[in-house]
Amino acid sequence: MSTYSKEHKNFLKKRKREKGIIVLCQLLIIVFFLALWELAANREWINTFLSSSPSEVMKTFISLLEHNNLWNHVWITIYETIISLFIASITGFMVASILWWFPKVAKIIDPYLTIMNSLPKVALGPLIIIWIGANTNSIIFMALLISTFITIINIYNGFQSTESYYITLLKTLHASKGQIFSKLIVPSNRLTLISCLKINISMSLIGVIMGELLVSKEGLGYLIMYGSQVFNINLVITSVVILGMVSYIMYYIITWIEKKLNRINS
Amino acid sequence: MKPVLKIKNLKKIYHDVDGEIPAIENITLDIFENELLAIVGPSGCGKTSLLSILSNLEKKSAGDISFQKENMTIGYMLQKDALFPWKTILENCLLGLEINHTLNEETKNNVIRLLKTYGLEEFMNKYPSSLSGGMKQRVALIRTLAINPDILLLDEPFSALDYQTRLALSEDVYQIIKSEGKTAILVTHDLAEAISLSDRIVVLSKRPTKVKKIYDIELTNKSTPIHNRKCKEFSTYYDLIWRDLDVHL
Repeated sequence: MSTYSKEHKNFLKKRKREKGIIVLCQLLIIVFFLALWELAANREWINTFLSSSPSEVMKTFISLLEHNNLWNHVWITIYETIISLFIASITGFMVASILWWFPKVAKIIDPYLTIMNSLPKVALGPLIIIWIGANTNSIIFMALLISTFITIINIYNGFQSTESYYITLLKTLHASKGQIFSKLIVPSNRLTLISCLKINISMSLIGVIMGELLVSKEGLGYLIMYGSQVFNINLVITSVVILGMVSYIMYYIITWIEKKLNRINS
Repeated sequence: MKPVLKIKNLKKIYHDVDGEIPAIENITLDIFENELLAIVGPSGCGKTSLLSILSNLEKKSAGDISFQKENMTIGYMLQKDALFPWKTILENCLLGLEINHTLNEETKNNVIRLLKTYGLEEFMNKYPSSLSGGMKQRVALIRTLAINPDILLLDEPFSALDYQTRLALSEDVYQIIKSEGKTAILVTHDLAEAISLSDRIVVLSKRPTKVKKIYDIELTNKSTPIHNRKCKEFSTYYDLIWRDLDVHL
């Protein structure tokens, strides 16, 4: 460290200061927002029955924690999201691989895949409940419908856009189709695969919450739905805030894994 | 001398919904052991098609291709290096061995020897992004040589490089081919390169192509490519082949 020049030390100091300013501003925004909200609620500029207040949210949070088994609801939502994330990613990867392997199959099912992808899946909600029943399975199924088709399409497009020159090269080395797949298609698409995981975590969460809003006895979606039915806005807003934090943490974990993988790869 | 590769009445037609495109009308050609044969011809005349057919990437429409021995391996060096950016230089060079399941201590050491001999030892565990264009092409050649091919096909291997690198690299490639004792077919559009590097030059006609002429390149004091450019016969060959190409602007 001591071998650095004075200029370099100044540069590092400047970088550190810039980072500090950004974090400080980020904190200020949330503090300012919460303070304004609390103040508006206190002075009765807004109707707290409709828009709650930070202190009410905090109280609701603590009471949920103490009396209503909050962790169970959080866990149920996370559990459903992770299950559907895994199933959707694995199915998506496998179907995309099959489509890559058999281009004719890909051509044949292309219009159906497009229809399934563009259909707003929430419209199938009532059908799913009738077919599968009002339980966790239909929530996971809902999430799967939302995330699987987009995963198939994204991974397949990634596979298709692999530099054809690399394929020619492997052919000059007499590689089999399986070798082209394992030595080129998969490794050259590692970033596509990771970004699919990233998209999938959001998609799965959307699907899970949608499913929970339609039919559930547990989970954050259930808390939101229940809160709105009994007109408990405190409960609705608290649940939304918790959901926001949960989704941020899950996204953060995937990004962290992505960074690790990138470091290994380059 | 018995040829290692005989091409007889080779024909290639490309099919398209809009019609058919005859690329190669008739090529009859013998390739002899340890020779460096250059193929020149007007652009788009089907030089690359010929190499693709020889290396089994494309199917011939008619004609015969016969090798002296069965199971002769062909190494094909493409125009661009096509090094995988996620593999190190050494891993890239081992790709062919991995694919045909012949990767072992001995073959690996041979690749390391090649990398050492041709000045790439210190880059062995680096990634392609840290290499210059000329070095990448050299790695691509070593990757091709790694599977120990009997015949080497080179498709304009220097065309993506700047002039100085090109000269230096053609010198290197010449040394590598000669000292590893390879038979090579070099496709190029650069006449000077063809004359200075090769033992024989085949001139192809416009598409649909056929063999127009074959020259045995005999230079007084023939040595390395850069030196060969100074031989007195060099410009004579250049003029002759230039006239054969029949270029009208």
